[in-house]
Order: sequence, then C-alpha cells, then structure tokens
Amino acid sequence: MLTRISTFLYQRPRLILFLLLGPPMIYMAVVYVGSLFSLLINSFYSIDDFTGLVIGEFTLRTYSQLFTPANREIFLRTASMAAVVTLADVLIAFPLAYYIAKFASPRLKTWLLIAVTVPLWSSYLVRVYAWKLILAKEGILSWFITLLRLDGVLEWLLSFEVIGGSSLALSPIGMFIVFVYIWLPYMIIPIQTALERVPGSLLEASGDLGANPMQTFRNVILPLAFPGVVAGSIFTFSLTLGDFIIPGVLGNSKFFIGQAVYSYQGTAGNIPLAAAMTMGPVVIMIVYLLVARRLGAFDAL
Amino acid sequence: MRFNASSTPRASWALKIAALGTLLFLHVPMWIIFLYTFTPDERTYTFPLPGFTTKWFAIAFQREDLWEALSLSFRVAAIATVVALVLGTLAASAVYRSKFFGREAISFLLVLPIALPGIVTGIALRTAIGGLDIPFSFWTIIIGHATFCVVVVYNNVLARFRRLHGSQIEASMDLGANSFQTFRHVVMPNLATALLAGGMLAFALSFDEVIVTTFTAGQQSTLPIWIFSQLTRPRDRPVTNVVATFVILITFLPIFFAQRISAQSSDSEGGSK
Repeated sequence: MLTRISTFLYQRPRLILFLLLGPPMIYMAVVYVGSLFSLLINSFYSIDDFTGLVIGEFTLRTYSQLFTPANREIFLRTASMAAVVTLADVLIAFPLAYYIAKFASPRLKTWLLIAVTVPLWSSYLVRVYAWKLILAKEGILSWFITLLRLDGVLEWLLSFEVIGGSSLALSPIGMFIVFVYIWLPYMIIPIQTALERVPGSLLEASGDLGANPMQTFRNVILPLAFPGVVAGSIFTFSLTLGDFIIPGVLGNSKFFIGQAVYSYQGTAGNIPLAAAMTMGPVVIMIVYLLVARRLGAFDAL
Repeated sequence: MRFNASSTPRASWALKIAALGTLLFLHVPMWIIFLYTFTPDERTYTFPLPGFTTKWFAIAFQREDLWEALSLSFRVAAIATVVALVLGTLAASAVYRSKFFGREAISFLLVLPIALPGIVTGIALRTAIGGLDIPFSFWTIIIGHATFCVVVVYNNVLARFRRLHGSQIEASMDLGANSFQTFRHVVMPNLATALLAGGMLAFALSFDEVIVTTFTAGQQSTLPIWIFSQLTRPRDRPVTNVVATFVILITFLPIFFAQRISAQSSDSEGGSK
C-alpha cells in the first residue's frame, strides 16, 4: 500500500512539492504576511478624536501626525542611537572576529564560535537585567570606577544634558553600553564569516609585494571584511530601531520609536498611529537592506 | 607574516588582548547575576555584597506565580518548537529537492520575522488578531512564537540537506525501498542531529521571547513577561536574581549542545542564525 502511494507520488513531483511547501507557506503567508498587511492597512486609518474609536476610512492624516516636532525628535534620537551603537559594535567586534578567522587553531576556533553564539541565543531579557545590576548607582561598575578614582570623570560625563542622567542606570550612556553589549554577537559572526573567506594566499601576495602588515590590513583585509560589517550592521541597526525594552528599563523619560509605538497602541489605544509609526523602522530598514545588497552584504550573511 | 607562508601567522599581543577583552565583555555580565543571588540586600544592588545568604533560592522555590509562569513558558516553547520542527523541515525539504520559481523568496519570507524588529511582528500580529476578534490566549502566544522559530529549524535542516549525498537516497531507492522507507531509514538518521539542534534553538528562542509575547498574550504571564515586569517595577529583586540565574542555566544547555552539534558537522555553519 505504502509502496503504491510512494510510486504515485514519485511520478508527480509537483504534487510532492505542493504537499511539502503548502503547510509552511500557508502558515507564513496567512499569519505573518497577513498580519503585516493588516498593520499596513491600519496605518491608513485614523482615530476619532472624540470617541477614541478607529475610523476605517482611507486617510493620510495619521501619517501626517508622524511629522510633529516631538515625533521627529523621537525618530532622530532612535536613529542616532542605532548609528553610534552600530559603529561601536564594529570597533569592538573586529579584533575578536579577526582573531577567530585568521589566527585561532581549528580547535580553539570551535570553542570561540560557541563562546560568541551562546550569548547570541541566550536570554535577551536576563542579559539586560544583568546590566541593571552592574550600572546601578550603588552597583559594581560605580564601585570599580570609584576604586580607580575616576568617579569625577563619570559625574562629569553624566552632567551632560543629552547623554547624561542621575546615574548610569538611567542615562543614554548606560543605554548605549547595553545596546552595544546585547547586539555584539550579531556583528562578530558576519565579520568573522567574511574574513574567513579571505584566502591566505592573498595576504601572502600582499606581503610578497612589499606591503607591511599594517598596509596589508588596510588595503586587503579591511575592504574584504566590509560586506561582513554591513551585514552585521543590518542586525545592530534594525534591532536598536525597534527595541522598546532597553530604553524603557535604562532610559529617561525621552521616548524611542519602540516605546512610542508601545504606548500608542497600549495606553493611548491609538492603533493607527502605532501602525504608522512602525512603518518608520520598516522603511528605514528596507532602504538599508537595498543599500546593503548593493554593497554585497548578503553574501556574508 | 611575510616569511612564514606555510605556518599560521601569529597574532600580535594587542590583537590577542583586544579579542580577550571582547570575549570577557560578552560573558562577565552574566556571571554578575550569579553573584547577586547570594546577597542579603533586598532593596538595592549594593556592591560589594553586604553579606552572604542562600535563603532566596528557597523563597523563590515557594512562589506560586513563578511556577505558573515557568510552566506556561515551557508549554508555549514546547508546542511552538513542534510546530516549527514540522513547518521548518517541510520547507527545507521542498527547497532542497526541487528548483522552482520563487525559491529565494521562501528563504526571505522565513527570515523576515527575525530580520524585522520584534515590535513590528508583535504589533502586526496584535492588530490582525484583534481585528479578527480572536481573544488573546495561550494559542495566540504560540502563533506568534512559531513565526520566528520556523526559520531556525529551516536553516539547520537545509544546511544538513545540502551536505547529504544524493547518491545515498538514490542507492536506497535502487535497492527497492519506497520513499517512506528511504525517509525513515536514510534521510531521518542523517537529519536527526540537525533537527535536535534546530529544535533546541527554537525552544530557547521561544522560552526567552518577550517583545512579541507582550503583544500576543492576554492576561497570561510567561516567565520573560514576569521578569520584564520586575525590570520596570522592581518589587522582588532577590527573587528576580534567582529566576534570572535559573533562566541562564536552563537555556545555556540546549544552546550549548545545539552549537556543538552544528560545529561538529561543519566548521563554518555554527553561527548561522
């Protein structure tokens, strides 16, 4: 019996394909794409100012609300944070990625890769929580800074209005550290993958042609690692844009995009505005992905 | 670097120190939580710890709300993993065995839930589910989790398929096995560890997820939601420390083994998320 079914199916590859592909595609298309589509539609609705109910008519009014000075500031604040976090992650990730790709022995490489991927998969929330302990005013980092007698420098940094706050745990500086920490593995792995593909012979050729290690690094390794950097930055940038937990836990009262979306849909009950606001990160990310594709980042993913 | 072409070049001290620094930056913060589970201090995060106690483990153990949250997280992660295993394996087999129009689009569609910020997935599901007047429940949490768990299984299984030799399948068929027997005796044993690795990662991902969950849950509180409420309004700091430690340990093992499995079967595919 089974053999008959088997033969029947074997003669109809299209049917097999349909049977295999059907369930996952139906699920993703209906549940996921369908939801994204309903989000898009909702962003063209508006809310009645008096009753607070959603009016199901096409309008661009909700989008126009995005361009109020307050919202523009939120977009700018979030995008700048995403940009500096990405930059810092590149700088911190590069040495380790370079070491794993070009210097570590195969055995050590396996372990180092595990050491990088375990934090990537492990609990995001717990890792944020760890920093709440570390950055607290009475916590370990302040203790260490005081031990080094650098507490004056810390207070001086915290006194700046844009980046400072009452303590590290409630300031954009603290938020920056946590963002950098949380997304770091997402930057290390693509850079390592890109560097892994640089053939050793190329480095030797560069040396043979008279370049010193510094020149080889600048003219051969860096350009070839660039697609990996761009690939990593897709993650760090996108994840920072949409995050509402880190700014909520460590920030001051100044909103990030994610927090604004969260509060619009939650307490304010204004789903159209929340939907329109999420289109911000989506559009930024689509533009970013298009640019990244041009720069060859997808080969390094 | 110029002369020792045959041997591996040696890293400079500066590079080694920088690499080690990054590694410590990645790992030390999590150890700090372990330390804090022993603090007798209930209201602040004072360091150095003002004393030493192990009483919080017993106190956390007796908290009913924690057990409920833990059991909910387990059930959600288990079901979401099963859904992801089935859907991810099906999609991977389809993409592996035939070339068809739109093959690239499938990988793109599957990776979208983890490439877009979680809040987009979360609020999209919330508007859709709310718009259809479906009550937010246990099942809506699973629907959300499954969307981003599928890609994890898919990636692992597809990577394994690509290393599987087509000749093995052909040999099995030539020796008279039908498709089901071939699947059972040839394909399955080859896929087993990839399924295990993908499944464990999917489980860990779902067990920890908070952003999408805040949008798709009703009154239910998964363990991450419980921790999140403690992050914004800390009431039980010592208990939270114990829970956080517990979460690290419980997710560390599956992640570690999943990565070992991937690392053993290939050198470079270990970190493909």
